[in-house]
Amino acid sequence: MTSTLFTNARLIDPEQGTDAPGWLLIEQGVIKAVGSESDAPDADEVVDCAGHCLAPGIVDIGVKVCEPGERHKESYRSAGLAAAAGGVTTMVTRPDTQPSIDSPEALEFIARRANAAGPVHVLPMAALTKGREGREMTEIGFLMDAGAVAFTDCDHVVTNTKVLSRALTYARALGALVIAHPQEPGLSAGAAATSGKFASLRGLPAVSPMAERMGLDRDIALLEMTGARYHADQITTARALPALERAKRNGLDITAGTSIHHLTLNEMDVADYRTFFKVKPPLRSESDRQAVIEAVRSGLIDVISSMHTPQDEESKRLPFEEAASGAVALETLLPAALRLYHSGDLDLPTLFRAMALNPAKRLGLASGRIAAGAPADLVLFDPDKPFVMDRTTLRSKSKNTPFDGQRLQGKVRATYVAGRPVFEAP
Amino acid sequence: MTFSHSHLLGIEPLAPTEITTILDLAEQYVALNRREMKHADALAGLTQINMFFENSTRTQASFELAGKRLGADVMNMAMQASSIKKGETLIDTAMTLNAMHPDLLVVRHPHSGAVDLLSQKVKCAVLNAGDGRHEHPTQALLDALTIRRAKGRLHRLNIAICGDIAHSRVARSNILLLGKMENRVRLIGPPTLMPAGIAEFGVEVFDDMKEGLRDVDVVMMLRLQRERMDGGFIPSEREYYFRYGLDAEKLSYARPDAIVMHPGPMNRGVEIDGEIADDINRSVIQEQVEMGVAVRMAAMDLLARNLRARPREVLA
Repeated sequence: MTSTLFTNARLIDPEQGTDAPGWLLIEQGVIKAVGSESDAPDADEVVDCAGHCLAPGIVDIGVKVCEPGERHKESYRSAGLAAAAGGVTTMVTRPDTQPSIDSPEALEFIARRANAAGPVHVLPMAALTKGREGREMTEIGFLMDAGAVAFTDCDHVVTNTKVLSRALTYARALGALVIAHPQEPGLSAGAAATSGKFASLRGLPAVSPMAERMGLDRDIALLEMTGARYHADQITTARALPALERAKRNGLDITAGTSIHHLTLNEMDVADYRTFFKVKPPLRSESDRQAVIEAVRSGLIDVISSMHTPQDEESKRLPFEEAASGAVALETLLPAALRLYHSGDLDLPTLFRAMALNPAKRLGLASGRIAAGAPADLVLFDPDKPFVMDRTTLRSKSKNTPFDGQRLQGKVRATYVAGRPVFEAP
Repeated sequence: MTFSHSHLLGIEPLAPTEITTILDLAEQYVALNRREMKHADALAGLTQINMFFENSTRTQASFELAGKRLGADVMNMAMQASSIKKGETLIDTAMTLNAMHPDLLVVRHPHSGAVDLLSQKVKCAVLNAGDGRHEHPTQALLDALTIRRAKGRLHRLNIAICGDIAHSRVARSNILLLGKMENRVRLIGPPTLMPAGIAEFGVEVFDDMKEGLRDVDVVMMLRLQRERMDGGFIPSEREYYFRYGLDAEKLSYARPDAIVMHPGPMNRGVEIDGEIADDINRSVIQEQVEMGVAVRMAAMDLLARNLRARPREVLA
């Protein structure tokens, strides 16, 4: 029975909201004990953290791995390596592959691929409707038995409210979590940017930020009808926040996420049609970004995700309107999030509440904690280490990061999954 | 003389002095074009390729004539009919072009930013002949030259731009240029045809045309781009003509010496009354076409000078 002691660590505990020196003892892949510096126990192996941060591993809801269909963009192997290097210990994968993950058979394929190839935990999500077409619900029960942790049509909005209300009702009976993309698709059709001065100057087709609130308002009304468990994948605008706040106050089973890109970039970053900054929904105004940061701070927005979306060069080297949406972020999630720490917007326990504790809780996982009994999924990182992002060094097969060439701070020293090191910085 | 750019992608990056440089040089070419012997050799030995990914007769002809007058070898490629239909990407097209060693590339494309993208991948001077809803810089320059010649100046004028602002690259380039030259710009049109955030452009916005035209020096009409309409921006053409078509009554609100402009091609009876368009005392629409050739000659001349001033290995 081997035990490992992490000494001289700066422990980031999102549950207690603390950021303090201490030690952590793991045994057989589980956290055995945690304490402050004075009374460290003996162990078979000792890791000196040299004062670096030790935090629960990131639980990333909404990772796109391009198997099946587009393995040249990202495989389970490459995504797993990227996740480990980025401090992500659990990838919750999206079903928007080709074809969609909408049957137990497809899900079993994913489970097999993921376990064979990956150093980190992979929890697959399944489509809510067949082919993500918004017409017929998938076999939610069978898919749950096969291991689906949530149901989502990703960026496809189920426009038919009757279909969605039935799917929500059925999902509620099984206790399934439904993840939706709040957006009014009539308004957002064809949009490549958020409407406003910048989009008008660039001549880009744009969507009003109001489309997000309209989508959320509709979904909240359906939740009142059905009582389902619901998570909004990305809330990115100030206008949607009061509706979310009201829904939570009224006791609906609702949580919300946002993407790291909407927290750290704004519409102006698109500059001269830089397609690596094209994401869905489009980047917002600076005032929206500030409002979303505040919502993460207050806990109104529960989860920060990478929304990792690999795209190859060919699908990005196109005129902005035609270029594919999405950005890779498994490896940049933590350093980008640390921008908010260095700017004084969010402290580290708050960041890890949104990146580890809350997503784990929402999915019913025991991880995301620094506490005795929790799985030893951990990330050890130096929050201050500066570097210039070079996209060619990314482990993802696709290199479409908006942070290429940018100065970032924060490097992962090591990542542990169930107590085993899956990544160690050279 | 200052003009430091290697491409003409839009009005946005140009300084007011650079705009003046282009217009001053264009004046010389206006004079040349009116002579019997219309040839100059500013582009002699250079190859100009016109690549139009979107239908155009007038702009393409204007660029072609401008190039030929300056002695360039001009080739037209009608891209909407060719390889683009076979799935070739813009980048592939750029690679193909590089192998042909053009010196000047004139591009029109239906997507905003596409000309910008192409300019990053080719090794020659690129002129934007209109990209999506973004910019159409030579149109704004020829409009500016027309105004300057008609009004004797290009500053402190009240200029109204009327119609489909939302879908118009001509409007964007004109708003930028006229703003840089310190004019007061008014935009007139139904709110459904105004882009979002337009009030932040330093312009005044009117939805009542008579109010908007009061005391203006210049009335710029825009083509109602029916082919771009997704549907439902205006109730009907006849209601549009009634409220926003330029007729004698609405024009009477402008200054008595106000000029009327239109980038063409016109929809007579939709955005402009035929008689006004033909009124030689008010309409400068023919003059705009003439200025177009001169301005394009000036722009290509300046780009070619910068091209020749660059070290050879850059071109290689």
